[in-house]
Amino acid sequence: MTPEALLGGFTDAPRQSARAFRAALEAMARPGTVWAVDGATPPAPLSVAAGVLILTLCDGTTPLHLGRSYDLPVVRDWVTFHTGAPLVAAKDAHFACGTWADLMPVDRFAIGLPDYPDRAATLIVEMPALTTQGQRLTGPGIATAAHLGLPETAAFRANRALFPQGFDTYLTCGDQVAGLPRSTIVEAV
Amino acid sequence: MYVAVKGGEKAIDAAHAWLAEERRGDTSVAELSVAQIRQQLTLAVNRVMAEGSLYDPDLAALAIKQARGDLIEAIFLIRAYRTTLPRLGVSTPVETAQMAVCRRISATFKDLPGGQILGPTFDYTHRLLDFKLAAEGEVPAAPTAPAGQDAVPHVTTMLNRDGLIQTEAEGNATPPDLTREPMELPTSRPLRLQAITRGDEGFILSMAYSTQRGYGRTHAFVGELRIGTVAVEMDIPELGFSVEIGEVELTECETVNQFKGSKTEPPQFTRGYGLVFGQTERKAIAMSLVDRALRWKELGEDNTGAPAQDEEFVLMHADNIQATGFLEHIKLPHYVDFQAELELVRKLRREALAQAEAAE
Amino acid sequence: MTDQTAYNFAYLDEQTKRMIRRAILKGVAIPGYQVPFASREMPMPYGWGTGGVQVTAACLVPEDRLKVIDQGADDTTNAVSIRRFFQRTAGVAVTEATAEASVIQTRHRIPETPLTEGQILVYQVPIPEPLRFLEPRETETRKMHELEDYGLMHVKLYEDISRHGQIATAYDYPVKVEGRYVMDPSPIPKFDNPKLGGNAAIQLFGAGREQRIYALPPYTQAISLDFDDYPFAASKADHACDLCAAPDSYLDEVITDDQGSRMFVCSDTDFCASRRAAGHSGPMGTPSAGADEE
Repeated sequence: MTPEALLGGFTDAPRQSARAFRAALEAMARPGTVWAVDGATPPAPLSVAAGVLILTLCDGTTPLHLGRSYDLPVVRDWVTFHTGAPLVAAKDAHFACGTWADLMPVDRFAIGLPDYPDRAATLIVEMPALTTQGQRLTGPGIATAAHLGLPETAAFRANRALFPQGFDTYLTCGDQVAGLPRSTIVEAV
Repeated sequence: MYVAVKGGEKAIDAAHAWLAEERRGDTSVAELSVAQIRQQLTLAVNRVMAEGSLYDPDLAALAIKQARGDLIEAIFLIRAYRTTLPRLGVSTPVETAQMAVCRRISATFKDLPGGQILGPTFDYTHRLLDFKLAAEGEVPAAPTAPAGQDAVPHVTTMLNRDGLIQTEAEGNATPPDLTREPMELPTSRPLRLQAITRGDEGFILSMAYSTQRGYGRTHAFVGELRIGTVAVEMDIPELGFSVEIGEVELTECETVNQFKGSKTEPPQFTRGYGLVFGQTERKAIAMSLVDRALRWKELGEDNTGAPAQDEEFVLMHADNIQATGFLEHIKLPHYVDFQAELELVRKLRREALAQAEAAE
Repeated sequence: MTDQTAYNFAYLDEQTKRMIRRAILKGVAIPGYQVPFASREMPMPYGWGTGGVQVTAACLVPEDRLKVIDQGADDTTNAVSIRRFFQRTAGVAVTEATAEASVIQTRHRIPETPLTEGQILVYQVPIPEPLRFLEPRETETRKMHELEDYGLMHVKLYEDISRHGQIATAYDYPVKVEGRYVMDPSPIPKFDNPKLGGNAAIQLFGAGREQRIYALPPYTQAISLDFDDYPFAASKADHACDLCAAPDSYLDEVITDDQGSRMFVCSDTDFCASRRAAGHSGPMGTPSAGADEE
């Protein structure tokens, strides 16, 4: 195990993960809003926000898929040491982390079952930038309309068409996180 | 001038103080010790361990003391405590064939290898109040005999040798844990057994009794009932072998049930299984009957619509902590709902009366 | 050892909180759908808010200001007991003022004061399945939700109309969420139903015994089921509050003697006290909230 894998976890997990979850909750409940998180310093290329989400949400019961450019020994070791999450192929993942290019095609991920739509994957998409400009978002969590810079439109529209099935997405960059639940209607602008 | 009811906090504190005083009772009477409960109210302790799903006689005795002898309340205390405990590991399956038995009876064979051992049972006591116990409970020591050296094989194993009883599949799969996963229906036999062994003794008893009276009849004989201690072993990966970490007392019951065969199975006996912490034989027998009744589908039997055949009905209502919580919650304030009903009933009455008048 | 060091922050262990948090997020992503979760045995009875308590415990941060109400009131015994539990185990600040609270746990009411962004309303839910009293089997109701087969519910409501001339459901009145899932809003009076939809706060629902969590994100559509010719109508006692004169709040009816005298007071104690503090006074109240003290 690489020595740096042992570092960069929460120092006060109960409180740090509580704050991180609140940001993750607000982000998923209000698509188009961006939230800052802290508490973890994961090894590159993992962003702080992606690292914090993994620490907050993943454990031995949640298989995680690492995208191609994230499937590095130091990342694998870090995730394993701090969460115990089994590292798996895309189709078996509860969570997935990587760049959009890494995670494509996204139809590999679990979308839940017709009677258990909750059994779907959550994607953590690492972004070069996170802005509230871009595609137009409407749906639950949004008063009228919101905007968020998404890596593409078609995949999210296809995902919405599966509702109530579908995957859910976090977009991360640096210490910032935004959410895009399957319920959001995405339109190109 | 109306003053709204206030002071919930004070009322709660006062109630708790009063409760503590009532629990202690008359202070001129010696206080009950946890050790006394553990030693002298063993069957209550066993029930609390079984339905609390935690093998710890001292804590069960403490819970009984704290609960003023209300066993469901004691089970609740144990369950709430149990949830907070870390999971350090998983034992290997206990070998009940290796049990050091204190009681072992079979209703199906007059004599059998390992013998019939009556053990400490109420069975043939005449239920006459023993007024001597009101004065003092000291008793002469019971006669002893050397422990048998022979193994005590399961009755069903002997039947199995002749192919007369259905073979149960063995497996190393980790059974699901109903305290860690939400129940998903339909479920599996390991999960059912788990739910029943911690289910309310009274409920399981009544369900079992209902099968005997014809609601999902399974023609059960007690093939074997055994009570005793078994070793609990755990695999230690670093050592490469398993280590005995302690022993637990268990009651195991296997019923032998008549089975005429189905489209897929030849006529043979089938079994129901009960395994419960401590000396708890009423529960273990009842468990094996309910288990057998719930197996109708896998054995290709008819569903007669009997309650004991209904997995969802049995599993969703067997837990006394769930049941008592929900039952008792109706004593919490519901005046908002009641007010809504009140308005509705008044309105419906008004309209009904107006209609009646108009009709006259 | 203090309670706060004897137990983990907000009582639950971290693995349990992660499991609950994941369920909450899936609930938020699928508004109105009941997510199964491995509800833990809490140190309070099932049916007394164990679902709400677990959801609150999973959401709380040390900086939160928590309000707990039962029947709209902060001072009912179970509200007091739950508030105390979180004071002891999470060390969070508490408040009775709706506007000051960041997390509000409730049983049977939505506060009168409109909620705002950043607030979370956690409901205690006894029976999360809106179809349960029409079809007791989970295996059946799950199928109905999957197939969006809510005919049974409409038949029930229609039978009400043919028998009583109106829908005879006064509380626990089902809503349809975003045109997809029929959802049980918990036993709130139907007076509160219009506040479910389009609410600025995050609404989370926890059913401990039944092992379900569900959610309404902010500004989510939640429409009370009805028929074109029998539209849903929120209703309350046809009175104003006798203490604060509010004409539009949900009222408790209090019997004041054995001669049939009664008075009507706001069920939302914070709302009523604030109005009196602001100088409003009904026929049996005084303008000062202080008059309400013991």
